[in-house]
Amino acid sequence: MALLEVKNLSIAFGGLRAVDGFDISIEKGQLYGLIGPNGAGKTTIFNLLTGVYKPNDGIINLDGKNIAGMRTIDINKAGVARTFQNIRLFKAMTVLDNVKVALQNEYRYSALTGICRLPKYFKMEKKMNERAEELLKVFDLDGQKDIMASNLPYGKQRKLEIARALATNPKMLLLDEPAAGMNPNETQELMDTIRFVRDTFDMTILLIEHDMKLVSGICEQLTVLNFGKVLAQGETSVVLKNPEVITAYLGE
Amino acid sequence: MSFISYLVNGISLGSVYAIIALGYTMVYGIAKMLNFAHGDVIMIGGYVTFMIMSTMGLSPWLGIVAAVVVCTLLGVVIEKIAYKPLRGASPLAVLITAIGVSYFLQNIALLIFGANTKSFTSVVSIPDLVLADGQLTISGETIVTIIASVIIMIAMTLFIKKTKTGRAMNAVSEDKGAAQLMGINVNKTISITFAIGSGLAAIAGILLVSSYPALTPYTGAMPGIKAFVAAVFGGIGSVPGAMIGGILLGVIENLSKAYISSQLADAIVFAVLIIVLLVKPTGILGKEIREKV
Amino acid sequence: MKKKIGMNKSTYNNMITLGIVVAAYIIIQILISTGSVSSLMEGLLVPLCVYVILAISLNLTVGILGELSLGHAGFMCVGAFASAFFSRLTEDLITATYLRFLIALIIGAVCAAIFGIIIAVPVLRLKGDYLAITTLAFGEIIKNVVNVMYVGKDSTGIHFSMKNAMDLNLKEGGDVIIKGAQGITGTPTDSNFTIGIILVLVTMIVVMNIIKSSTGRAITSIRDNRIAAESIGINITKYKVITFAISAAFAGVAGVLYSHNLSTLTATPKNFGYNMSILILVFVVLGGMGNIRGSMIAAIVLTLIPEYLRFMQDYRMLHKRKGAE
Repeated sequence: MALLEVKNLSIAFGGLRAVDGFDISIEKGQLYGLIGPNGAGKTTIFNLLTGVYKPNDGIINLDGKNIAGMRTIDINKAGVARTFQNIRLFKAMTVLDNVKVALQNEYRYSALTGICRLPKYFKMEKKMNERAEELLKVFDLDGQKDIMASNLPYGKQRKLEIARALATNPKMLLLDEPAAGMNPNETQELMDTIRFVRDTFDMTILLIEHDMKLVSGICEQLTVLNFGKVLAQGETSVVLKNPEVITAYLGE
Repeated sequence: MSFISYLVNGISLGSVYAIIALGYTMVYGIAKMLNFAHGDVIMIGGYVTFMIMSTMGLSPWLGIVAAVVVCTLLGVVIEKIAYKPLRGASPLAVLITAIGVSYFLQNIALLIFGANTKSFTSVVSIPDLVLADGQLTISGETIVTIIASVIIMIAMTLFIKKTKTGRAMNAVSEDKGAAQLMGINVNKTISITFAIGSGLAAIAGILLVSSYPALTPYTGAMPGIKAFVAAVFGGIGSVPGAMIGGILLGVIENLSKAYISSQLADAIVFAVLIIVLLVKPTGILGKEIREKV
Repeated sequence: MKKKIGMNKSTYNNMITLGIVVAAYIIIQILISTGSVSSLMEGLLVPLCVYVILAISLNLTVGILGELSLGHAGFMCVGAFASAFFSRLTEDLITATYLRFLIALIIGAVCAAIFGIIIAVPVLRLKGDYLAITTLAFGEIIKNVVNVMYVGKDSTGIHFSMKNAMDLNLKEGGDVIIKGAQGITGTPTDSNFTIGIILVLVTMIVVMNIIKSSTGRAITSIRDNRIAAESIGINITKYKVITFAISAAFAGVAGVLYSHNLSTLTATPKNFGYNMSILILVFVVLGGMGNIRGSMIAAIVLTLIPEYLRFMQDYRMLHKRKGAE
């Protein structure tokens, strides 16, 4: 059975049907691309999948459990983590703390434990530090763990966002335009990182991207969205040759 | 009969709140800041009229004109000196500055006029209206206040809708950057807004101390806060909201004073505000802004 | 992992802040014992501790959580009245001063925290200026209600009224403890400078420890980016309520200190009104958002400057008068 099974997902803002009868099926370990022209509803789908918006209709089965309409935090706990199109880091926190804050549902201790500095506090903090540093190392950020997140260069901020999302131990990772604003070298590096994440963490990844080089380079499956509806779906190489897709992207 | 009398007085008090709230809301709409000093401009207006009328013994009309002129200038000067350098600063920094300006005005008044309560002579000379065989008396001040506020409301609505400056104000409050690109002089528009808001505050101040004649350097503080509540109540940034909020607030306050407890009237006003915000977090006529993810 | 100096920069900073407080306490105690502290200054010591606690606790809400609260004086009011009421009630029952004060302290903090939680409910829905006005409104409501509250005790128990003292219908020998606008008189003055400093240190340590724990990181993440915080499973509601409760609890502690420093406690616009809340906010902003040492210094400096100026003015007048003689 597929890890993520979405059926007939729909939402309307006022009269505008931003997403209309969206279906998708993603297998465990797949690297899946979601593309489409600007305003096609890609980010809206991410917002629906992560509970930022509540869908008007449809089901979202994650590992057999319907998560449609659940709160964002519960969806995260169910195993969906994401990054944002416009980077949303905790800017005034250190790189390390950005990851640690995402680890605290796993390494729990109460507010009182923290205030009174009970032994559990030190134990959990130590575990959190170790795990966070491990993750930062994967993204080559361990050298900058004590600087403020806002002081990281752009490319590294994107990486930190991915590291933070992974820290919540998700089953599935949603990346919203991870290569936006990157130069070709950085994009190439990012492609390697995404592949690496998939392989090391055995992660299922759904990503929105405009960079066709990245999409055709790493995505195995592709869904093309236009005006809130699925235009084409299937293997990347096949979908990209679809004349309808070419028309939607390049015009008549 | 007494109910009608309380109601009318409430509407009158509410009209004053509405005029002050109008200034609050206009400034908020354009500068996106809470001008905490707005209430103290009211007090300055009161003192200017008091000086002209009682100290110099000149005509009330002159007092009103002088108060409006002084407050208008004061509003523009405050904006230029205190707020303009902070445009784009964090909202909290601006709020603290506004509080600073408020304290400054209060202390200036304290220095010039002293802490003693001044007994203000009403600017209104029309007689009280006696209705229903003397069972219902409506004071001249009440009548003038209500009429003045109706005129101001209509005039302001027309001004914002029909004039070029009014439309510029609307545009600036929608989107400062876009308005600038469209050739609107943003700085000038903000200055004009402060000028109008402060001029209105002067009138509100005179009406307020005509009905409640005790004038101290702190006279403006509480009405200022109440008007702020009224503006939030009606939906901050909305002109009709300020009117509705102001009048409702005045009525609730006066009726609570009459029928529940005069000491608890303020508490009731604030409680109603909280309830309204719980039901509709952006006030009665406020627009909801959605954060884009 | 632990190096020999296992302290990072913020821990080091915190230690310095605590050190400053202890050093200041020792110096002032020495000065008092040598008689070189004026009675005016000595009278200011406990209020200074009160202001420092208020500023640090508000910093948690404003600086760390990033929500504007203008009702901090209201929480202080709750703490002050709840604890003073308790102390007056049990003055004859519990004769051990420190025990009585400790219980009063807990009562004040808990009552204020409960109010903090009540206020946190609307906070969850409101933002920015709407939140500011709501908190201001709450503070004013608390102050107003306290001013019409009459509570008395007699042989049959505790009586409560919102009208007047007569309405309590106390039996012979009954005692009106809270007398409406006249407040509470005869509170045992159990607090002193040493207790004040201890409470300042406790407040500081608690707030510092929160900031450096997962609770603090969660609160900061909400301030920095609410949507991202939700996306990684941070429960916004829970942490906002926790922040407001802790912040209010310490305002309550400040209130306990305040009410047990004076024998007469009344709720006036000056001590528990919105002006006070604004003053505390000014301490926080001038001291630097999220900066505990800054809050402390701002609170002290801004309290002392007006007192000093007033003193200078009196002094000058005294000179003038002497010159005229």
